[in-house]
Amino acid sequence: MTTTVSERAWIGKDLKRREDPALLMGTVTYINDFKIAGMLHAAVLRSPYAHARIRAIDTSAARALPGVQAVLTGKEAAEVIGPVPAFCAEPVVEHAIAVEKVRYAGEAVVAVAAESRALAEDALDLVEIDWEPLPAVTDALSAMQPGAPLVHENLGTNVVYDHVFTFGDVDGDFARADHVIRRRLRWPRATAAPLEPNGAVCAYDPARDTMEIWSNTNMLNSASWVMSSMLKIPPHKLNFYPMYTGGSFGSKHFLAKVIGIAGALSKVTGRPVKFMEDRLDNLMANDSQGPERLYEAELAVTKDGQFLSLRLRTIDDYGAYFIFAITGNTNMMAQITGPYTIRSVETGIKAVLTNKNQQTVFRGAGSDVGNWVLERLVDAAAEQLGIDRVEIRRRNFIQPDQFPYKIPTGNVYDSGNYPGVLDLALGHFDLDAWRQQQAQARQEGRYLGIGLATAQQRSTYSSTEFWFHNPAPATGLNSTPESVRISVGPTGGVTVTMFSPFWGNSPETVVAQVVAEELGIDPRDVNVTYDSTAHALPSAGPGGSRMTVMLAGAVHGAAARLKEKIFKIAAHMLEASVSDLELVGGQVRVKGVPSSSVSLADIGMRAYWFKLDLPPELESGLEGTFTYDHPYTTKPHDDRKDLGVFYPIMGHAAHLVAVEVDIETGAVRFKKYVAVHDVGTVLNPRSLQGQIRGGIAQGIGLALLEEVRYGPDGQNLTSTFVDYLLPSASDVPAIEVYHHETPSPFTAYGVKGGGEGGRMVAPPAVTSAIEDALRPFGISIDEMPITPEKIVRWVKEAQSRHQRQTN
Amino acid sequence: MEDDFIPVRLSVNGVPHRLFVEPRRTLLDMLREDLELTGTNAGCEHGSCGACTVLLDGQSVRACLLLAVQANGHEVTTVEGLAQHGRMHPLQEAFWEKQALQCGFCTPGMLMTAYELLQQNPDPTEEEIRSALSGNLCRCTGYQHIVEAIRLAAQRLREGAEAATSSGTTA
Ligand code: FES
Ligand code: FES
Repeated sequence: MTTTVSERAWIGKDLKRREDPALLMGTVTYINDFKIAGMLHAAVLRSPYAHARIRAIDTSAARALPGVQAVLTGKEAAEVIGPVPAFCAEPVVEHAIAVEKVRYAGEAVVAVAAESRALAEDALDLVEIDWEPLPAVTDALSAMQPGAPLVHENLGTNVVYDHVFTFGDVDGDFARADHVIRRRLRWPRATAAPLEPNGAVCAYDPARDTMEIWSNTNMLNSASWVMSSMLKIPPHKLNFYPMYTGGSFGSKHFLAKVIGIAGALSKVTGRPVKFMEDRLDNLMANDSQGPERLYEAELAVTKDGQFLSLRLRTIDDYGAYFIFAITGNTNMMAQITGPYTIRSVETGIKAVLTNKNQQTVFRGAGSDVGNWVLERLVDAAAEQLGIDRVEIRRRNFIQPDQFPYKIPTGNVYDSGNYPGVLDLALGHFDLDAWRQQQAQARQEGRYLGIGLATAQQRSTYSSTEFWFHNPAPATGLNSTPESVRISVGPTGGVTVTMFSPFWGNSPETVVAQVVAEELGIDPRDVNVTYDSTAHALPSAGPGGSRMTVMLAGAVHGAAARLKEKIFKIAAHMLEASVSDLELVGGQVRVKGVPSSSVSLADIGMRAYWFKLDLPPELESGLEGTFTYDHPYTTKPHDDRKDLGVFYPIMGHAAHLVAVEVDIETGAVRFKKYVAVHDVGTVLNPRSLQGQIRGGIAQGIGLALLEEVRYGPDGQNLTSTFVDYLLPSASDVPAIEVYHHETPSPFTAYGVKGGGEGGRMVAPPAVTSAIEDALRPFGISIDEMPITPEKIVRWVKEAQSRHQRQTN
Repeated sequence: MEDDFIPVRLSVNGVPHRLFVEPRRTLLDMLREDLELTGTNAGCEHGSCGACTVLLDGQSVRACLLLAVQANGHEVTTVEGLAQHGRMHPLQEAFWEKQALQCGFCTPGMLMTAYELLQQNPDPTEEEIRSALSGNLCRCTGYQHIVEAIRLAAQRLREGAEAATSSGTTA
C-alpha cells in the first residue's frame, strides 16, 4: 500500500545525508586507504605505442631488484587468468595485460608486485621491450576504409557492428513530410574521470583456492560471477567487499582489468596485492571513455511544425575493445524520440574499432548523445520553419493524458507532464525579459544567447539493452534485481543491510528514509551497513539511474515482510488480532487504544530470546529481506521490430540558459541557468539537487571543455588533468533547480531515478544558447566542445564570408 | 638502502612525529602511508586536482608536490585535524548542511582550501570563494553547494568571533 503525499513522514523530507560526517572527517575507507597484512603493491608498464607487436620482453633486471616479488608479462599472466569478461557476442578479446600486441597507447604490458609502490615503479624502469610498431588508426572514418590497419585481425574489418533498426513507417513519413531538417553532428569523446581512480586489493588463498577482493567496482554481485572466468576461481569462492567509492559516473562498473592485474599477481605471489591506478593510468586506460559519434540526422516535419519521423545514421568510434558491445547506442533507443510524438524512427549504427582506449559508459550512457542530436534538430526545425523554439516543442509534446506512452522502439514512458515542466521553467526564467536584454545587447555589439532544451532522462535500466541489438546474443540476461535486509535487534535497533556499495550518491540516506517511513521511526535511529558478496542477496548495483527506485522498492518490500512478523508477535503479546493493530512511532498499538501498545524493543526481545512466548509457528529472530525486481520490463520481440519495455521509468527536464559570448576571446559567460526536473516523487530534495547540479556541471564541461584527444600517431594527448579539462569552480555557474513531480505509477512511492539527468540535458541547452548568441553571424553549431578557439574561428569565418558577399 | 633514509621531525595536527623517509617520498605518501592519515586523498599526484591539499604552517600546499623532507620542522594540518573532540568544525558542519559533497573524495582538500581562505578573508564574496577554489577540482557537485557552505561557515565563524569578543571571552 502506498501512502499519499500528505501522510508521508519522511519520504520527500529535506534531510542531511547520513553518509556525510564520515566523509567530512576523512574517516571512510576508500580503496586506496585499505591495507591488509602482507600486502604487496603493483605498478603497470604501459605501451608507448598505439599499435605495436610485442616481439620480446626482458624482465630479468626487474625481477632481480630487491623487494620485487613478481613480474608478469601478458603471456605469463594469461597462464593464471583468462581474458577480461565481455558482454559482446563479437569475438573481440581483451586481456588485462596485453598479449602479443597492444592496441592503444597506454595499454598494460607488464605488471610488477613489490614491497612498495615506489619499488614496483623502479622495477618497471628496468623492463626492456622489443617492439614492432604498426601503423595506428585513430579515427573511425579512416578505420572503415579498405586496407586500413586492423585493430583485431580476426575480425577482418574494423567495423565490428553495422545494422539499421527501423521502427514504423519511416519512408512513408519522410515522403509525407513538408520539410526534412538535416544536420551533420559530431559528439566528442569524453571521459568520466572521477577524482578517485580505480583500485583493487586481491588476496588469493592457495590452500582454499579462494580470493577476497576489495575494490571500488560498483557491481559487486554481478562482478563475482562475471569475473570468475577471468580469475579462474569459481564464483562462490570469490568474495567482493563493498568500499566507499570516490565517484564513478559509469566508469567503475566492473574494473575487470584492475582486478585481473591485482588478482594475477596475488595468485603468483600467494600474497595480497593492491593495484591502484594513478591518474595517468586512469586517463589512458580506464576503459570508460564516452561515445565519439558522427551523425547524419534527419527530422521529417510538416509545414505546421509537427515532427513525423526521425532518421539517424551514426558512426561510433568504440576504441580498441568492445566489452559492452553497442550499449551506448541501444540505451538511447529507450528515449530516442524524446518527449515528442514522433511516430517512426530509423537508426543505423556502425560501430568502429580504432587504436584508442575503449568506450563503455559515461553518465547518460548514450542517451545524453540522443538528447543533444534530437534537440539540435528541433532547434534547426524551429529556425528553418520560423516557429518559436518554445512553441515548436509545445506542438509536439506527448500530452499528460497520453501515458503510459509507447514510443516506436517499443519502450514505454510511464508518466510525465512535459508542458507542466516547461511552464515551470519559463515561469522562473522570464524569457521575455531576456529577449529584450538580448536585443539591447546586440545593439551594443554584445552577444547574449538564450538556450532551451526539453529532454528525457530515462531511469532504472533493465539488462535487455546489453544484447537486444544482437539476433544471437551470447548472454540474454533480463533481470536487474536489488535487495535489502532489514533486521530489528533484541533491543529494537533497526539495521538495514545493502548489497551494493556507496558510489557517491546517497544510498544510506535513501534506505534510512524509506525504512523510517515504513516503521514509523526516526531515520537517524536507523543503522545502515553493507555486506560482501559471500552473504549477498541478488543486487545488480548502481548504474542507469536505478538505485533510488530499486532501493526504495526493496526497502518497501522488506519492511512489509518484517511488519508481518512484528504484528504477529505484537498481536500475541497484546492478545489482539493483527487487523486491529497499527505501527506508529516505533510502537505497535491497538487502533484507537494508545495505552495498549508494545515497543519495537519489547517485540525484538521477545523475538530473539523468548521463544516459548512466541506464537508457536514463528521461529526466533526478527528480520525482513526482499528482492525487488525491475517493476516493469518485457523481452524484445524476436524480429527486433519491438525492443520491449526496457527503460520505462522516464524522467524529464527543461533547461533554460542565458549566456554571453565574447566574440573576441571566445569566452562563454553564464548569466542565468534554470533547470526544472521531473523525476517523479522526490525522496530527498537536497540530495537530488546535488545530483542535478553536479550533472549539469559535467554537461557544461562536455559542451565547453572536455575532450579526450589523440594525436595522429595515437598518442593520448589528454592523459593529465592539465590537458583533460574538468570544469572548475569558475567555469560552472550557480544553477536554479526546481522540481516538478509526476509520480511513476509503477514504482514504490512513485519515485524515478534522477542521477544522470543533469548531464543528459545540459549539453543541448548550452549549445542552443551559444548558437542563439551567435545567430547574427549565421553560425550553426554542430559539434562540441564549443571551445573559445572554435568560437573565435567561426566568427572570423562568418565575418570574412560576409565581407566577401558584400564586396 | 637504510642509509638513504632521512630523519624528519614535524607536527601533524598538533602531534609531534619523528620518522625516517626516503628522500623521494612525498608529503602525501608520508601522511597516508607512514602516519596512516588517509583522510587526505590522492586524485592526480601531479598537482592539478587539489584533493591532497593540506596546510603547512597554515598555508595551503599540495601534499603530492611536496617532499616529506620539506616538511621537516613544520606544522602540518590535515582534514583529520579539523574536528575537535569528535565535534565537526563549522566548515564541516556547513558542508554537511549544504550537501557540499557527494562522493567526498575532493572534500578534504576543499575543506583545507576553504579553511585557509577564511583565515585570510573572513567574509569572502562568491567570486572570491570561486577563485580560491579554482585549484580544487570536484567532479560531483558542480561547486555551488560548496560555495554556499563556505559562505555559511564564514558567517557563523564571524558571528562566533563577534559573540566571543562582545562577551569578553578569549578563545
Ligand atoms: S593529488 Fe595533489 S593535486 Fe591532485
Ligand atoms: S564530492 Fe566527489 S569529487 Fe567532489
